[in-house]
Amino acid sequence: MKRVVITGQGTINALGADVAQTIDAMANAQCGIGALEFPNADRLSIKIGGQIKNFDASERFSRQQLNFYDPFTQFALIAAEQAISQSGLVFDGELAEFSGVILGTAGGGLQTQDENYRSVYEDGKNRVHPFVVPRLMNNSAVSHVSMTHGLKGPCFTVSTACASSNHAMGQAFQMVQSGAAKAMITGGSESMLCFGGIKAWEGLRVMSNTGCRPFCASRDGMVQGEGAAVFVFEEYEHARARGAEILAEVAGFAMSSDASDIVMPSVGGARRAIQGALNSAGLNPTDIGYINAHGTGTAANDKTECAAIKDALGDHAYDVMVSSTKSMHGHLIGGTGAVEMLACIAAIKDGVIAPTINLAEADPECDLDFVANEARQKSVDVAISNAFAFGGLNAVIALRKI
Amino acid sequence: MSVQDKIVEIIAEQAVLEPSDVSLSMGIEELGLDSMGLVETVFAIEENFDVSVPFNANDPSASDFDVSSVQSIITAVEGLIAAKSA
Repeated sequence: MKRVVITGQGTINALGADVAQTIDAMANAQCGIGALEFPNADRLSIKIGGQIKNFDASERFSRQQLNFYDPFTQFALIAAEQAISQSGLVFDGELAEFSGVILGTAGGGLQTQDENYRSVYEDGKNRVHPFVVPRLMNNSAVSHVSMTHGLKGPCFTVSTACASSNHAMGQAFQMVQSGAAKAMITGGSESMLCFGGIKAWEGLRVMSNTGCRPFCASRDGMVQGEGAAVFVFEEYEHARARGAEILAEVAGFAMSSDASDIVMPSVGGARRAIQGALNSAGLNPTDIGYINAHGTGTAANDKTECAAIKDALGDHAYDVMVSSTKSMHGHLIGGTGAVEMLACIAAIKDGVIAPTINLAEADPECDLDFVANEARQKSVDVAISNAFAFGGLNAVIALRKI
Repeated sequence: MSVQDKIVEIIAEQAVLEPSDVSLSMGIEELGLDSMGLVETVFAIEENFDVSVPFNANDPSASDFDVSSVQSIITAVEGLIAAKSA
């Protein structure tokens, strides 16, 4: 089995237009959540989200490119460009054929669908743009990253709701670990902040209109975000031989299914995924220094997740730092695990522990160290990132300092 | 059909009961409605009476809309209908 390391990272999200801005915002406990701005937002009852503001796609992409790039593809391309540039890899020859792209997304080109449904149903038009299908398809982001950077190996999209990115990165990890690929571009992207996207979520009555307050007794639901984060997973000896800067080692990964309820989480399923990731990495519970929680800010998730962490880690659960960065960037649904991986890398690489902001009131059912409201500086050797999706699909990744 | 009868019918359907088996004093748990059953009930009430129900599944008891019993739901919906026509 090969060892797998991360040699590049990139992002665009509500906290920043790159990794440095994002980590700086987390370290300063900044909140990227604000008023939603898009057509018909006045007809929504949920009016807040972690929206990327001050972003003009036409400054970044040509008109011809934008005909093919839904926002979820734009975000993925921007993040992938940063990650690949940092890694220093150039994909040609044999390396190109043994490198690929696996990205997570839940909604894919949802904004393209939303705009075009509006056009044919509401505006009564009988014709849509010829590239609506290649723009909305869920593999659009993966394919454009592949085409832009000449990646000719395994390329596909993973869609498991809120766990999409973690499942995608888990696949990329196993692909490099098994020797099937030398390097994989992986992470996730989401752009659900449009009228139809939010309207659908409103129906579930689990969204907050007051803010994202994970683990706080006053929490009243989740707040959506948008954006992407993309990483370069590379075989360790390959990275070492070329003298690449290694950000962290991907030490382990596991997935599980609750097989119980389509929306309610389960302690057992979450616990099995956490324990599985540790087993896969050959780690003990006491090795863990930081957990980036799924921490959605819903009543159900947060108490279930705390119980699962305690079941998996025993007494060490009270010694480990646990934070939900969704309090700052919102819930990016299929892209969320990727943006949260940035916080895990910052913990491993720089000892920057991102906080859980908006935590004002203790909940007896959530009694761990949530790094409340202020970031911490503390050296961490092992971090794990939790993702627990609707549908009961869980995916946990473990990172280790190298 | 009265507001009361319609709400009893909606709740009975969600709880998989006959309307005659639903009494006004019954609570949500007694009816066997889980949080998603409650969300569907609220949706059906909104669609039937053309009202907007303030309800958050994260903490049903904290909402302005009292869902503690069948009677409290009827009272709350009558209030929303009255507010709409006022």
